[in-house]
Amino acid sequence: MNNEKQSARLRVFKAAFPHTIPIFAGYLFLGMTYGVYMVQSGFPFWIPMLTSLLVYGGSLEFVIVNLLLGAFNPIQAFLMALLIQARHLFYGVSMLDKYRDVGRKKPYLIFALSDETFSVTCSADVPENVDRGWFYFFVSLLDQLYWFSGATLGALGGMLIRFNTQGLDFAMTALFVVIFINQWRKDRQHISALAGLGLSVLSLLIFGPDNFLLPAMAAILLALALLQRPIDARIQRKGGADA
Amino acid sequence: MTTAQILITIALCALATMLTRFLPFLLFPAGKPTPRFIRYLGHALPPAVFSMLVVYCLKNVQLTVGSHGLPELIAIAVVAALHLWRKQTLLSIAGGTIVYMLLVQLVFV
Repeated sequence: MNNEKQSARLRVFKAAFPHTIPIFAGYLFLGMTYGVYMVQSGFPFWIPMLTSLLVYGGSLEFVIVNLLLGAFNPIQAFLMALLIQARHLFYGVSMLDKYRDVGRKKPYLIFALSDETFSVTCSADVPENVDRGWFYFFVSLLDQLYWFSGATLGALGGMLIRFNTQGLDFAMTALFVVIFINQWRKDRQHISALAGLGLSVLSLLIFGPDNFLLPAMAAILLALALLQRPIDARIQRKGGADA
Repeated sequence: MTTAQILITIALCALATMLTRFLPFLLFPAGKPTPRFIRYLGHALPPAVFSMLVVYCLKNVQLTVGSHGLPELIAIAVVAALHLWRKQTLLSIAGGTIVYMLLVQLVFV
């Protein structure tokens, strides 16, 4: 690489880095909690490192701890992962145009399109004098680096921790409650949130804690398909859809 | 689970994640309109999924015995209150988790 190219890269990096600072704190803290939680649940330190590299999706990675603690059930794990991650389908749809013409970096950009990275690459104004593809690449890479570092620090630290960590698993519940509240405030309709809640509880009461997920997922998808008209009407009514 | 079963589970979760991230780019070439039902699910599915995940986290809480789900209820109230008040994700999660840990370690022993 010649000097001119190098300085151009550096300029893109300097433009991209500030956009990732808010993510830095969040990913480091949550990643560390995740690493500690995984190790304290009895798994070796390299498992959270592996998942943060390969799966790279916070919500699902927390759920994976629970899946690994239960009985081996690959089909349920796969479907659960699909449903939790289904929202990424819609991030992708929103990024089709922005990630066009970025060259060889494209597969990594798509691979690393986490919730937080999406929130930056979807909304950031890329300065005119920097290469868009490299800007997205540095944001994606830095974010994953933060998450991986957090999980690794937590995993290694988790082996040394001597204090009582009973109840730490509540971090996952708290994370989902926070996301639930954020969704609730920004949603123009609450039918699907309430349907999800009601059908999951109903399924839990009927099938019990070990078997309720698959019926709950099926019931939710069916209900959303059946309720498309009223839900869609509410989504469109106030201010119109933004997608 | 054996190590092989652990690795299979993780691999399947990674595969599912990659499917959701790559599929749009394979199915919908840029510039073409996205099917209406897909756009609809984009708005309607996430709230339902996170409702389900909250229930999933609480699936083993016993309302009739032990602490009757009180530590969970209190800690969730703390998370919600903190979040509605300060809107700081990390503060809400850390605050709720610390309260929960104190409750299950010191109060509801």
